[in-house]
Parts: sequence; structure tokens; C-alpha cells
Amino acid sequence: MARNLGFLVLILSLSICQAAIFRPITDTHRSAALELFTPIDGSFGSLDDTYEALRTFEILGIEGKTDITPMTCPLVVENLGSSSSSLKDLFYALRVNGILKCEISAEVFEGISSKLQAIVKDASLLLDFYYSIGSLVLIKDQGFKSNALLGDADGIFHSIKTLSQSDGRWRHSSNGPGSTIYGAGIALEALAGVVSLASTEVDQSMIGTVKNDIIKLFDGLESYDDGTFYFDDKLVDAREHQSSLSTTSSVIRGVTAFAAVTSGSLNLPGDKILCLAKFFLAIGIPGSAKDLFNQIDSLACLENNRQVINVEMSFFWYRVSIPLILSVPATVLSLTKNDQLKVKVNTVLGSNAPPLTVKLVKAFSSDSKANSIVENQELKFDPESSVHFLDGLPNSVDIGKYIFFFKVVLHDPEQKKVYATGGQTQVPIVVTGFIKIDNAEITVVDSDLGSIETNQKLDLHGENDVSLSANHLQKLRLSFQMTTPLGHAFKPHQAFLKLRHESRVEHIFVVGNSGKQFVIVLVKFLQPIYLCGIFSPIYACAYDFLGLVEKFYYLSGRYDIQLTVGDATMENSFLQALGHVELDLPEPPEKATRPPLQPVDPYLIYGPKQEITHIFRKPEKRPAQELSLAFLGLMLLPFFGFIIGLTRLGNLKNFPTSTVPAIFAVLFHVGIASVLLLYLLFWLKLDLFTTLKALGFLGAFLLFVGHRALSHLASTSAKLKSA
Amino acid sequence: MQDSNKPYETKVIVGGGEKVQQWSVYLIAVVVYMAIVGSFPFNSFLSGVLSCVGTAVLAICLRIQVNKENKEFKDLPPERAFADFVLCNLVLHLVIMNFLG
Repeated sequence: MARNLGFLVLILSLSICQAAIFRPITDTHRSAALELFTPIDGSFGSLDDTYEALRTFEILGIEGKTDITPMTCPLVVENLGSSSSSLKDLFYALRVNGILKCEISAEVFEGISSKLQAIVKDASLLLDFYYSIGSLVLIKDQGFKSNALLGDADGIFHSIKTLSQSDGRWRHSSNGPGSTIYGAGIALEALAGVVSLASTEVDQSMIGTVKNDIIKLFDGLESYDDGTFYFDDKLVDAREHQSSLSTTSSVIRGVTAFAAVTSGSLNLPGDKILCLAKFFLAIGIPGSAKDLFNQIDSLACLENNRQVINVEMSFFWYRVSIPLILSVPATVLSLTKNDQLKVKVNTVLGSNAPPLTVKLVKAFSSDSKANSIVENQELKFDPESSVHFLDGLPNSVDIGKYIFFFKVVLHDPEQKKVYATGGQTQVPIVVTGFIKIDNAEITVVDSDLGSIETNQKLDLHGENDVSLSANHLQKLRLSFQMTTPLGHAFKPHQAFLKLRHESRVEHIFVVGNSGKQFVIVLVKFLQPIYLCGIFSPIYACAYDFLGLVEKFYYLSGRYDIQLTVGDATMENSFLQALGHVELDLPEPPEKATRPPLQPVDPYLIYGPKQEITHIFRKPEKRPAQELSLAFLGLMLLPFFGFIIGLTRLGNLKNFPTSTVPAIFAVLFHVGIASVLLLYLLFWLKLDLFTTLKALGFLGAFLLFVGHRALSHLASTSAKLKSA
Repeated sequence: MQDSNKPYETKVIVGGGEKVQQWSVYLIAVVVYMAIVGSFPFNSFLSGVLSCVGTAVLAICLRIQVNKENKEFKDLPPERAFADFVLCNLVLHLVIMNFLG
């Protein structure tokens, strides 16, 4: 046991990357590239977007150049010809020209290169160095070598080197805030450009220092749980922060570019390169165009980093190890269909690998890592489809989840320095198959006596329709056995029994197991006497007896029985109606819980609603119209009596006789009468505001008139008194 | 009460305690009517009652003010009292008409 454990630890430590599945670039990436990089009106927008699109298409082998040449070339020519273009625009214009090969005259290149030479001498920012040196390298590649060479390569190399830090990162300027890994990638590309443009050879000691910087930079690699490695900058400035993908791509570009121009290897461990490649592959299909470009460009750098040393001997010397990816297209194998285990080994861009063999070293079941079921089996190779396959699974492979350990062995031992294969690769494999279910039976057992009242056999592979009846003093027992194709006991993920009442109240029970046998016993006692365990030793039952009757809400009636058994590795999972059982439960006591309300069919709420009959208050009894009119007449009588009385009394002696006061007195009476008439109108039809307005006018008039009349009267009576 | 003591306006209105009795009769009549036909528009009934009561009160006030034997209101000219009476009646009846509904 200890030996096995030690062996296991050794194996796990040998495999650098954990059990995860990485697939190389496929046609899915090509269609994603066509979707993400869509030209609008014949162009991709700015020059850097255009360059990213064209480079991605070039690597993936997609034809798209001819459509955009008419719109993009004029833009390129304009940028290269103008004296006010920024360094970044010049750089990307030259890059686009490198792919599209627009017609640019030699004078333009001369003008640009002399301008760039001047900038390089005085530059102090890292990005200035990067763009200017990069542009000079592109001019050299496009055929104008003489203009592009650098005179003082050592000096420029040194200026760039001074921006580096001791931990391998680079600052962006001499008095800038922080150093970044992204800057290191850019700096390495710039240094590689300097070395390739140098007219005389650069000092080897400085190159050696840079190689040490690269080693230190790789010490700062971070890793994810699935074993992939990446570079990431800590957040210094939110505006300029680069994601881990762009930081890692920048480093890969810089390192591969530098390795291409220097002699001797960089001594970077192949496993780290492989895990960096797996980081890019683990992204899958990125969502944005820039991320896709970074992914594809970095993988292309890793695959194509080779420098021709000796063309005649066709000998290629690889600077940074080329990663080889082992992928399993189908990780679910079916025993019933006799599926073959197939494995593919490709480079990251999906090209063929050199001649090699794949060995299946070990295979452990996920549950018990005790013994491997396979020892060092070689896979056969099919050259037509470039697939390594295992001719038939070993006999000891049963249904379940396994982890297979593969190892890639190259035929040519020299190529071990060239390619990174990464020790042992773990791949999780799921094997499915047909589960046999037999000895299935459903029984109603009398608890007190232990005698079986009804027993019916079930065929869980076919149709069933049992009809049972039970009361609360009996038990319902269901049991069955499940075996794998190799005859082992099988424990599924799901084994449920559902009882559904006619009123759609449902109860679900989990079927317990011990060993092979699956049993469920439903006990419906009222007295809390524990009688479980007497009949058979192979079931688990832990039901609250009183609770079970309560659980059923004391609902008697017909219950439909449904059995559900399922598992990920079981090809014949089923959900089956077994029949029905008539339950006779006692009457619910006063305070029993009611069954929960079942959800109403939602479409019912969209139908017409019930008619609402409003109940109105009975109207008050009103008097008969004749009676009301009679009362009105009765009330008005005294008024007429009053008028008659006025004339009889002859009360008008004090009425003023002279003209003016007489008019005022008359107007006074008219005013009072009009106010009373206004009130009558108010009662009949006017509203308060109109009335108040009219009353205001009338009141003012009445006041004036009344004052005059009464003051005249008062003066006459005062005269009489004094007289 | 001497009729000639009073100015003409007040004679008719005030004319003895009979007038007050008359308003009381009115009041009783309104209440009896309500008892017969029910108090459905209760506000109407109230305004009828209030009208009787208010007018009776105002009439009594006028009588008191106009009466020469009343020492308190010696300096108050009867015309002024009458003008007050008219104004208060008008306001009272406005309120009643509003409340009548």
C-alpha cells in the first residue's frame, strides 16, 4: 500500500499539468476569426486593427486580403508619406504593407528611415524605441536594407537595457512609475530588432545579461489550478493595465524574437513553454478580436520559432521548444458500442507532429486509485487520419470514471531538445454501459405478522402496471438489484420513488442500498414501535413512523407509483411508472396539516373571469311627490300671509316721500329681493363660486344703497326728535 | 308694545312675541315632516331647522336692540340694528342654501 502510494505521488509529480483537456487550434477558430474580423465598408478600421486582422488570417490560412486592399492601401500610403504621422501609425502602416504589399516608392522609404534613425538616437521612452526599431526592421524586411541599418547598435542596446529592473521587468521610461512584464516583452522585441539591424556585431556580454533577465522573468510565472502558466502584471495604473493574455503574448513575442537573433539556446525548460502554450489553448475561442489576435499570434510564435542556420544541410535549430499538444477528441466511451480510445498529437496550430508513439502508461479509476488497470500499453497509429488508437479497451475496464495517463515518445531522440511534450498527460475518461436490473419486486407486507400479503414481480427493463392496496398498518417494500456488465455492484447517482396522489400531491423517497440490493420500505405505523430490521438485513430504513402518515396529509386514495433510476455512466437510465397503490389512511385529527395547494394551470388565469354582482345599498325611502308638494305649499302660506299683513297694517307710512331717498329705499328693497333670488338660483343650478362672485357685486351695491336709505331715515327721525 | 315706537321696518318683522311663536311653529312643522318622510337628505332637514332657529334668534336680537326701554343699547340707532339684522340674515341664508344641497 505504501509502495503504491509512493508510486502514485511520483507519477503525479511527473505530470506537470493536471487532468484537463486542451485542444489545438481547429476550424472553429477559423470561423470565429471570420466572424470577429468583419470588414466594414471594405476596411477594418484603424491600422492596428487592420494589421491584427490580416496577421490572424495569414496564420490561420484564411484568404481575405484582396477584399480590403483597395480601401486600405491608400490609407497606408498616406500614413507613410505624411510627415505628421505618429510613430505608432508609421509602425502599423509598415506592418500592414508587409502583408498587403502596396506600391510604395523608394523615396518614401528613404525619407522614413532617415527620420527614424534620428528618433532612435534621441529616444528615451520604451515605446518610442519599440516603434522606431520595429519600423526599421520592417523596412529592412521589405527590401530596403541599406537605409535601415543602425550605426551605433551597442549604444542603443545599452539605452534600452538601462530601463530594465533586477527582477526581469522593464520600466517604460527612465523616470516612470513602475515596471511591468508587458514592458519586458516589448523591450525584448526591440532588443532583438537592434541585434538584427546592427551593422557590426553587438557586445556578447550584454546579450548574456539579457538572457539572464529572461530567466529571471520566467521565475515570475504564475499558474492556474489546471496547470497552465501565465504572466500577469499587478494593477498599477488602471488606464494602461494589460490583461494577463496580452502580457503573456507580449512576453512570448519578445522571447521568441530574441531567441531567433541570438546564438545558443535560452535554457528555458520545455515544460514551462508547454504550459504557456496550454494557457493560450485553454482560452478556447476568445470573445474579442484583440484577444483572438493575441492568442493566435503567440501560438504562431511558439510554433514557428526556428532559425535557419545552414540551408544546404536543411538543418533547423529551434530556440524555444515547440510545444506538442495531446488531445482526446472523445472522452466518453461506450462499452455497448465498443468505442475505441482515440488520441491525437498536434502542434498548437493543428499541424502534424513529427513521428512519435503514444503510450498509455497507467489508468486509475476515479474512486479508488489503488491499482492501475493498464500497464504501458502502446497505441497504434493510423497515418490516414493521424490518430493514435487503442485496439479495444482492456477487459478489466468497467463502467465508471477513470483517469488515463498518456506519454508521448518521439522516435528521433535528437528532437527531444526541439519539442516539448510535457512528461505524462492526464485525461479524464468516462466509460458508459448498459446496467442490468433484475430481481425487482414490489411487496405489501403486514407489519404485525410479517406475512407478505401481496407480492408482484417487476420487469424494470419493460412495462409494468401493478395494482396494490394497503392500509396504514402495512409496509410497502420495493427491491431490485443492479449489476454492471462485468458483474460488479452498481450504485447510481439517483434512485427515487415517487408516490403521487390523485389531487396531485407528491411524495418523493430516496431508495437506499447495501451491497447490490436496493430496497425501500415505507412504514405507516401510528404507534412509535420500531420494527424495522426484522425481516431482512439488507435494507436501510429510518423513517419517522408517525411522520409518514402525517407526511401524506392523511390523504387516502389512489397513489401512482413512479421509479426513477439514473447515472451519468448508465446508458439505460429510466423513469418508469410502475402502477398504483390504494392507500387507506385514518381520518385526519383536528390540527393536522393540510396538503399544500397545488399550482394552478397558468393558462387558466388568462380566461374570462367570474361575473361580479355588485350589491348596492337599498335606496332610502323618499316621500311621495304629492306629499312633498303639499308641504311646500304649507311652508309658503305664511309668506303670503306676511305680504297680506303688510298691506293691511299699512306699515308704509315712514316710507320716504322725496325723490332721491325714495329711489334709494326702493333700490334697497330691490337689492334684498335680488339677493334672495340669487340664493334661489344658487340652490337650483349655480355653484358656490359663481354665487359668491355675484353676491360680491350685489352686496357692494346693497351696502351703498342701504347706507344711503337708512342714514336718510335716521336723519329724519333725529330731526323729529330734536324738533 | 307701541307700534308707533318702532320704525316701519322693524314693526313687521318683530311685531310682538307672536313672530317668535310663528318661527317655533315652523320648526315643529319641519321636524314633523321629517318624522313622516324619513331623514334621507339629512342635510336638507338640518338646513331647514337651522333656518328657523337662526332667523328666530336674529329677530329676537333685533327686538332687544331696538327696544327703547333697553338701557344697554341706548346709543345704538335702530337703523344700524336693522342693517345688522339684514346683513346677518343674508349671510345665514347663503349658508343655508349651500347646505340645502
